[in-house]
Amino acid sequence: MSTPTSLRYTETHEWVRMEPDGTVTVGITDHAQNALGDVVFLELPDVGRTLKAGENCAIVESVKAASDIYAPIAGEVIETNQAAVDAPESVNADAYAAWLFKLKPVNADDVAKLLDAAAYDKIANA
Amino acid sequence: MLNLPLSALERRDDFISRHIGPDAAETAAMCADIGVASLATLISETVPAGIRLAAPLAIAAAVPEHEALAKLKAIASKNVLKRSLIGLGYYDTILPKVILRNVLENPGWYTAYTPYQAEIAQGRLEALLNWQQMVMDLTGMALANASLLDEATAAAEAMAMARRASKSKSNAFFVDSAAFPQTIDVVKTRAKYFGWDLVFGTAEEAASADVFGALLQYPDKTGAVRDLTDTIAALKAKGALVAVASDLMALVLLKSPGEMGADIALGSAQRFGVPMGFGGPHAAFFATRDEHKRSVPGRIIGVSVDARGKKALRMALQTREQHIRREKANSNICTSQVLLANMAGMYAVYHGPKGLQTIASRIHKLAAIFAAGLKGAGYTLRTAQFFDTLDIETGDKTATLHADAVAAGYNLRHVSDTALGVSFDEKTTRDDVSALFGLFGVKADLAALEASVALPESLLRTDAILTHPVFNSHHTEHEMLRYLKKLQNRDLALDHSMISLGSCTMKLNATSEMIPVTWPEFSDVHPFVPREQAAGYLEMIEGLANYLRAVTGFPAICMQPNSGAQGEYAGLIAIRRYHEARGDAHRNICLIPKSAHGTNPASAQMCGLNVVVVDCDENGNVDVADLKAKAEQHKDNLAALMITYPSTHGVFEEAVKDICATVHAFGGQVYMDGANLNAQVGLTSPATIGADVSHMNLHKTFCIPQASAAPAWARSASRRTSPRSWPTMP
Repeated sequence: MSTPTSLRYTETHEWVRMEPDGTVTVGITDHAQNALGDVVFLELPDVGRTLKAGENCAIVESVKAASDIYAPIAGEVIETNQAAVDAPESVNADAYAAWLFKLKPVNADDVAKLLDAAAYDKIANA
Repeated sequence: MLNLPLSALERRDDFISRHIGPDAAETAAMCADIGVASLATLISETVPAGIRLAAPLAIAAAVPEHEALAKLKAIASKNVLKRSLIGLGYYDTILPKVILRNVLENPGWYTAYTPYQAEIAQGRLEALLNWQQMVMDLTGMALANASLLDEATAAAEAMAMARRASKSKSNAFFVDSAAFPQTIDVVKTRAKYFGWDLVFGTAEEAASADVFGALLQYPDKTGAVRDLTDTIAALKAKGALVAVASDLMALVLLKSPGEMGADIALGSAQRFGVPMGFGGPHAAFFATRDEHKRSVPGRIIGVSVDARGKKALRMALQTREQHIRREKANSNICTSQVLLANMAGMYAVYHGPKGLQTIASRIHKLAAIFAAGLKGAGYTLRTAQFFDTLDIETGDKTATLHADAVAAGYNLRHVSDTALGVSFDEKTTRDDVSALFGLFGVKADLAALEASVALPESLLRTDAILTHPVFNSHHTEHEMLRYLKKLQNRDLALDHSMISLGSCTMKLNATSEMIPVTWPEFSDVHPFVPREQAAGYLEMIEGLANYLRAVTGFPAICMQPNSGAQGEYAGLIAIRRYHEARGDAHRNICLIPKSAHGTNPASAQMCGLNVVVVDCDENGNVDVADLKAKAEQHKDNLAALMITYPSTHGVFEEAVKDICATVHAFGGQVYMDGANLNAQVGLTSPATIGADVSHMNLHKTFCIPQASAAPAWARSASRRTSPRSWPTMP
């Protein structure tokens, strides 16, 4: 199970990438997609919605569970990945390429407070 | 043997040995195996002494099966059978005997099990697939589920689904004021606890409503049939989801809700062969468009492949159901009404499209002839376009006409002090129409009115229905019999072996318990008959309630909820009303152990309660320290604790009295999930352990068959909340 060191992570298995333009891209980790099994459906937040950190904002549904996805940091949803919605299996194929949504963070510093790859691996492999 | 006293030969407790498997030798061997001296020792080591009942249950001694049946027959004979033309969702119907004997009366069909292990019953799943297809065809929808509990709760589910799927910012839901009264009542309760507003009006007024969803009845309670296409379009243009409550027999002839643009179609399938039975149980159908499939409550059967690539049936889209999503589930519904759904599906298989069209056309023609005769005699009809039902202005003759009809053997619908209604059904004959003509003083000749039709061409359906081969292949009795047997042979049911699934408590009900179900005195009674015609039912229901009072230790029993999850919902509502009555309406926290059945948190969220999960310790018991901490933390808003006893792991947790006392101390009420009541009866009781409200699953603890998820009845009981808190039927 891969955990790229360039990303940040949450305890609830989201990965987060800080983009050069200050926006943040969010997806679910390889560990998460593996645990879920075949992903069949994605329910993503509406663009424009304001999220609090930890707020339940999306659902990744597999054949055995419909799992909640939580906003890793506070921010406004600026884009969602329609390609992933149209091909949910892409999340299984490459969880780090199949991003789910992008946020404009309320506070860019929040990203640095998230788990690094090593800390996430400890949790994922616990 | 001849030396034995007479009392030993009378075998008045024969029932026990016939229906409880292990004999004395086997019991002794099992006790030895687990290291206890006897069953009594096992019980005293398992059930905490502090909650043991001091005396045996205060109920009458057992009687042999044939005597019990004789007693029931005497009670049944107090029901009076008339031809009920009352309608409002319940209509007389003819259950083909091949289906009666080989499905309803057949343990191979009524003991199969599908709620959580569907794949062991492929035959039953095919029957459900037939049901789903029948519903899809008749409603004009892309997808149908494997049935809901009844029309009223199906309408409430449609409202919740509309809220989930609609993007409308309105907080209101439109309800057709001509929907069935019992449907309106249930929708009102659900809306209240979800916090939604209801707007009532005519179907015409619906078009201008600004709502997140709407419920329209087609045909409505007056029998009126109207084209809802424009109304539906207007509602949808504003972002509302539209649910149409309808009637399968009417839909055989009428333009479908799907064709009119509806998002959801629902209703009762009772009139497809399932006896009225004083109100149930019946299967409700629920169908929708493909785009809403993930929002549908309940079970859906789907076609898949097995490990060898061969076609196999399984449950689909379960990820949104209570056992997986818990408080985030689409609904708290646990099961469905599969036995009844399968009977209705087989009714369609046996009659086929032509057979159903014949029945529906006959029903309509008789109604139209009756209406024409009334009009010719000067009566004013309130319903112009109808399928089987019409309301008639009868002015000051209303009471007399109604009474004369009863005396002549007919129950008409009492619409108001100045109007009566009639609903015709599969059993209605030309002789009935002649008799009614006589009662209404109509001198017309039926033959002269034969060309009568009261449905415009524009409302008749033009698409072909039930084209699948299964609806066109089994129209002789022997073919039907073999088809039923073929399906039955694919299933693992209790007639083969044990099904060791907990929670659902699989047991083979005694045949003598099933026999009265099909006695006409029980099966042919309409739920809305004048009370004096149902004296037998009322006596039996009260008798059962008394037994349940003895078993639970609670004085107040509600006999209405028709599933465990519905019992939970009713019980939690009673708790909310209790708090409201004491000025504590703000109490909205519900503590639920992690080990709880999925319906518990699902039901709690449906009542507007916020779920706080209580940990379990490493033994799977409620973590008492965590419970106490959380109860105290939430003491200002604590509404309830939901607890299963013994637990879902089968353990009689010793701390239960302490747990209940803690919750009481912080202002909450204790709801006991009665799924494991079997383990309590006679040994302890919900009242003894400290619970305030409990439901009982009569399909687990008493003799309603599981029938592959046909809950049929559950009951809710409470310690002290007033009868006003309980649901009532109009």
